[in-house]
Formats: sequence, C-alpha cells, structure tokens
Amino acid sequence: MDLSTFLIQLLNAMQYGLLLFLLAAGLTLIFGIMGIINLAHGSFYMVGAYLAWSLSMQLGSLWLAIPAGIVLSVLLGIALEWLLIRRLYRLGHLQQVLLTYGLILIVEELRSIIWGDEVHGVPVPQLLSASIPLTDTLSYPVYRVWISAVCLLLALLLYVLIQRTRLGMTIRAGASNREMVQSLGIDIDLLYRFVFALGVALAAFAGMIAAPVSSVFPGMGNHVLILCFVVVVIGGIGSVKGALIGALLIGLVDTFGKVIEFKVGNFQLLPQLSGMSVYLLMAAVLLWRPAGLFGRNA
Amino acid sequence: MITRPRTVTLVALLLLIALVLLPLLAEKFTVQFATRILIMALFAMSLNLLVGSGGLVSLGHAAFFGIAGYCLALLSPPDHGANFWTSLPLSMMAAGALALVIGALVLRTSGIYFIMATLAFAQMLYFLLHDTGIAGGSDGIYIYVRPDANLFGWHPFDLEKFRDFYFVVLSVFVLVLIFLGALRASLFGRVIAGIRVNERRMRSLGFATLRYKLVCFVLAGILAGLAGYFSAAQFGVVNPDMLGWHLSGAALMMVILGGMGTLAGPALGAAVMLLLELGLQSLPAAGGIDLGKHWQLPMGIVIVLVALYLPAGIARRFGEADE
Repeated sequence: MDLSTFLIQLLNAMQYGLLLFLLAAGLTLIFGIMGIINLAHGSFYMVGAYLAWSLSMQLGSLWLAIPAGIVLSVLLGIALEWLLIRRLYRLGHLQQVLLTYGLILIVEELRSIIWGDEVHGVPVPQLLSASIPLTDTLSYPVYRVWISAVCLLLALLLYVLIQRTRLGMTIRAGASNREMVQSLGIDIDLLYRFVFALGVALAAFAGMIAAPVSSVFPGMGNHVLILCFVVVVIGGIGSVKGALIGALLIGLVDTFGKVIEFKVGNFQLLPQLSGMSVYLLMAAVLLWRPAGLFGRNA
Repeated sequence: MITRPRTVTLVALLLLIALVLLPLLAEKFTVQFATRILIMALFAMSLNLLVGSGGLVSLGHAAFFGIAGYCLALLSPPDHGANFWTSLPLSMMAAGALALVIGALVLRTSGIYFIMATLAFAQMLYFLLHDTGIAGGSDGIYIYVRPDANLFGWHPFDLEKFRDFYFVVLSVFVLVLIFLGALRASLFGRVIAGIRVNERRMRSLGFATLRYKLVCFVLAGILAGLAGYFSAAQFGVVNPDMLGWHLSGAALMMVILGGMGTLAGPALGAAVMLLLELGLQSLPAAGGIDLGKHWQLPMGIVIVLVALYLPAGIARRFGEADE
C-alpha cells in the first residue's frame, strides 16, 4: 500500500469512526444516565437518513432538510420518551430490551408504509461536491472531510456541554444518583426527556449526513446498531470519551481490515475475515478489561 | 391458592394429550408447523436455563444452535442420511465443546458486558462461516436426506415421515422438560438460582460459582445444539443465519414473553410468537395498508404492550410460580 492510498483509507476510517461516535454517544448517554438499553437506536439512524432523502426532495436542498429533520427527530424523541420510555424506568433491563425490540419492528414497518422499500440515493450538496486531488489519479471528496469536521465539532460541543455547563453537571449527577438530584429540586423527568431527545437527534443527524455517502435503504439501522453497542462496550458504558476512542478504533479496524491483505500459509486471513475483526477487537478488549476501556468496574 | 398447582398440572396434562393427538387429526402443514414450534420451544428453554435460572443474558445463544446444525450437515453424505444415533450425540457434543470454550472466556464479564461478549463470539463464528468457503459460505449446505434411525438393522422410526418426525421431537421436548424440572429441584439448580440472586453470598458460602456457571453455560449450549440438530433436519438446509444475532434475539424475546425462569414459559413464548407471526401474516388490508404484508407492525405493538403490561411474562400471569 502506498502513502496516498494509506492516507485515503486513514481519512475514511476517521470519517466512519466519527460518524459511529455520534450514534454511540447517544446510546452511551441514554444507557449511562437513564439506565435504558435502547435497541431502537439504529432505527433512529435509519429514520434520519430517510428524512434527509424525503425532505431534500421536497425542500430542494439538503441544507434545508437537515434543520427540518433535526426538529422532527427531537419531537420524535420527546414523544417516544413521553409515550413509552418513561414507563421503562421502573422495569428491568429485559423489559427494556423487549420494548425497544418491538419498537424496531414498528419503526421498520412504518418506514416501509410511509417511504416504501426502495433504495435511494441523496445527492451531495453542490457546495461540497468537489474533490481534493491527492495525486494524478487519486482524490478525496470534500463532503467526507466535511462529515469528519462536523462530527469533531459536535464531539467538542458534547464535551463542553457535559463537563463545563450547569446542565451537564446535573446530567452527570443524575447518572450517579437519581434520588439525590431529585431531592435537590431538579426535575429529573425533564432532564431524562432532554437526554433521550438529544440521543435520538444525534442518531438521526448521523443518518442525515451519512445519507449522501452510504445511500438510504431498509434495515440500514440494524448493522449500525450492533456496531454502536460494540463501540459503547469497548469504550465502557456511560463514558463519552470511551465512545470516541472506541468509535475511532472500530473505524480503523473495520476500514483497514477490508483493504489490508494478510495471509497465513495458504489461508487468506484478511480481507476475507474482515467481518470478524470488529468482534475480535471487542472480545480482546473485554477479556483484558471486563468493563471496557473507560468503564467503572462493576 | 392451594388448587393452583393442581390446575396447572391438569392443564399441562390436557395440553400433552392434545399434542399427542394432533398428528392423528391434523394435516401435514399443521403438524410440520407444530414441529417447528416444539423445536423453537426447545431452543428457548435452553436459553432460559441461562437467562431465567442463572441470570446470564446471552445474545449469542444461536451459535450453539447453528453449530449443531452445521455438524449434522457436514456428517450427512449427499446420497443417504447420516446415522441418527451417532450424528445426534456428535452434534450435541460439538455444541457443548464450543460452549465450554466460549463460556470459559465470556463468564469473566457480567451484566451488559456479558450480553455483548456472547454476541461478539457468536458474530465471529457467523462471519467465519459467512465470509470463508469452509462450509458453503453464505449459501450454506443442503441436507438432502434426513438422518437415518437405523439401529443395528432396526428402524424404530423414519424421520422422512412428517408424523414420525413430529413424535420424535415431541418425545425429546417432554424429556427435556422433565430434565429441566429435575435440574431446577436439584442442588445444582438451587446453587445456580442462588448465584442469580446474590453471587457474592454463594461464593462466601463456599461454592465455586464460576464453575457452576460454566456447567450451566455448557448444558444450555448442549440443549441448544439438540434444538439446532432437529431444526437443520427439518428444513434440510443450514446457513450462517442459523448463528446470527437475529435468531439469538428472537429466542430471547420468546423467553421474556413467556416468562423467564418458569418451566413452561419459554415454550409458551415460542408458541405465541410463531402463532402470532402466522396469524398476523394472514391479516387483511385495512385502511389502505396491507397488514398481512406489514405483519411486523402489529407484532411490534403486541411486543411493546407485553413489555409494559405483562413484564413478568405470560406464564406467571397464569399462576406458574417462581422457583
């Protein structure tokens, strides 16, 4: 592999990892703070991608579709929390798994009824459709660089929100002791609703900006859901920093697992077995640190 | 309510009689569908041994189900059936051996990390079978002839006949039910239940909890292999989806739906899930929406309602007690 191919793959890995981080951050916050295992998180990613497709068709531009889609996904998050999720706090993890699994089926079928089962493409916006030439033959699309930049910015904003603001302080306090925060006069229900809507919006936003590079198709949330759980578990549940490190690791392993050739004797290990690489990484991390890289030991 | 256990026994007995009479009255499709329910019930019961009894929520249980199926497929010659009496124990042993290796590794973790660790190992196997050509790749392997029950020249049953197949699966189901009931009442079952409630206490009482959990994991793997063997024999094909997380997830749904930790719950959950699937698929169109095609929508709504209003599962609703 020469340097320019390596560079392109490295940029791809970063972009993929950062996108996964947006999803995993919401998942880890919802789990770490609210104690909810949300299997339907991948469905929100799919909803985001479909919103980007249908809204940009109707409004004429992805730039208009994204803010409209964010508003809709926040509303969806608030409605779901009010209708279903808040009833789960007093139930166990298994009921949460059951309910959010049911939610996956409902969202998937509603998607099929509303938007159909076809695969769609979303055009890259004019402004970002250029490519950066690297060598005579290779170039790198600006849009992918933009995705990475936006994700990094959001990661920074999340860090500031959680570590540096009063709201973030109450969120962190709520994660470690719900009753104490409540008895100090803070409306914990409202806080939870905010966290859940934030998680939904992050997942949907990831779907929206990913739509032009990954296309929009049924079931696109399921694969991403499992990867998100892998990221969250590698990083340690509840840790946003862990989610960032985990997501970048997964991005690197997954991307380079597909392009590196690696043979043992006559048996081609990579890229043939690249599908396994992510899970191998997770298994290795869990055997080394049973509560993830940045998790508190149970 | 002193009469309750007796009512439950009576209902169970009536159900068993109905299950025995079923193939004599029903046509082929119904019998085959009932066989499928019994096989999935076996699989859900094996998972319940982990989830309900030991508190070990596994999302990779299909690995053992699938590996036994693959074992049968690899043992089956293309032109005649594998020998039932050797291929069944071999397939179960393969599942057990795999469970021993995976269990020894994943039991170091707990809680949601355990869920994810079991998922990781099952997915690794899935991709190993899916992306390499070692066992037919993503297409899988066909089993052209069902296992042959020849025992030194004597044929007690013929699995190619759908009624014989049903009765063999039903017998296995009843035997496993009795075995699990006995296991629950045994010292081993009580230690496992104790570990679920408070592992530290059991350890300080002098039980090597890790070893008990590992035995439980291997036992559950072997029983899942039993179900996988019959599933592969029934459908005549194995493919990587048999090990995928969708199947592990579906089994978990059956266990929770039926009532985890109860003896009959997982079987009840399997029956309800499969019957619901069949019933919803034949729904008519309503309000311009083809509900039969979108049957997963009402299915999802039912699952959500069960999670909210029957959190302990169906079986407990009808009086089956916790251990």
